[in-house]
Amino acid sequence: MNTFLIHFAIAAYAVTWAIGKLNWFDDSAAMTILVFLVAFTFLWLSSILYDRNYFRKIPKVLGLFFFFLKELIMANLKIAYDIITPRYFMNPSIIALPLKASTDLEISLLANMLTLTPGSLSVDVSEDRKELYVHLLYADDEKVESIKKELKDGFEKRILAITR
Amino acid sequence: MDIDLEFVKEIISSAFILAGVFFMLVASIGLLRLPDFYTRMSAITKGATLGMGMIVIGIGVYFNDTEIMLKILAILFFTLITSPVAAHAITRTAIYKKVPLWKKTDLKEFQNYLQKRELDKDEVEDQLQKNSKRL
Repeated sequence: MNTFLIHFAIAAYAVTWAIGKLNWFDDSAAMTILVFLVAFTFLWLSSILYDRNYFRKIPKVLGLFFFFLKELIMANLKIAYDIITPRYFMNPSIIALPLKASTDLEISLLANMLTLTPGSLSVDVSEDRKELYVHLLYADDEKVESIKKELKDGFEKRILAITR
Repeated sequence: MDIDLEFVKEIISSAFILAGVFFMLVASIGLLRLPDFYTRMSAITKGATLGMGMIVIGIGVYFNDTEIMLKILAILFFTLITSPVAAHAITRTAIYKKVPLWKKTDLKEFQNYLQKRELDKDEVEDQLQKNSKRL
């Protein structure tokens, strides 16, 4: 985490330096993002020498981010289809998702991501913090187990790989 | 061939904004026609977050300016953090207040929780009565 903050600051400084020094640099957002990404990538590659853990985690963070975006868009298209067509295809249910995540950060990340993705809305955490109650829109009786497995493999595994 | 970059930029940004508006529209129709509180909540959080995000990104592509880009990143970051928390808080309050669920909803795995809630409530009421007697 510390390495990330330091790298972030250095890359941001590189951007301001590039704006000031280089005369080919026009002040457009695309250029800024490009310079930032190049600086950040070089710093990330250099971290293999002094922070192996950080070197391994950044690709996982990116993976989680793109997976999250994909799921967000898929969930929206699914619900949009259900709302526009006259019949309901929904079969809502509240399930208890067994949690492997234990700290506050992990649980809240997982709950928030689930709220934004595949037709699910997190309701509450059980008192012993072993289960997360999730309201699902599309949960046929025979599919509940496979949906639970999907949520656990999709989100929880990725989050735990980053935080642990 | 000469490609007009301004034109391409405008097309991309309008595509983003139109997609965002579409998702927002669908979410608000959903708010009117879905059967119960929880499914509505589900539709509106996802739709509003994605729709707002896409509209804002479209604006960013159109202006293509560093300062505006930074503001837009901040907006995206804070909406992504706050909107699910708000949805979660509202849903939990609804469960506490016993807002009715749709009749088709499957509550098999939720029974435990509801019963516990019920017990807790009785305990709290007992406590309150004792307190009022003491006073």
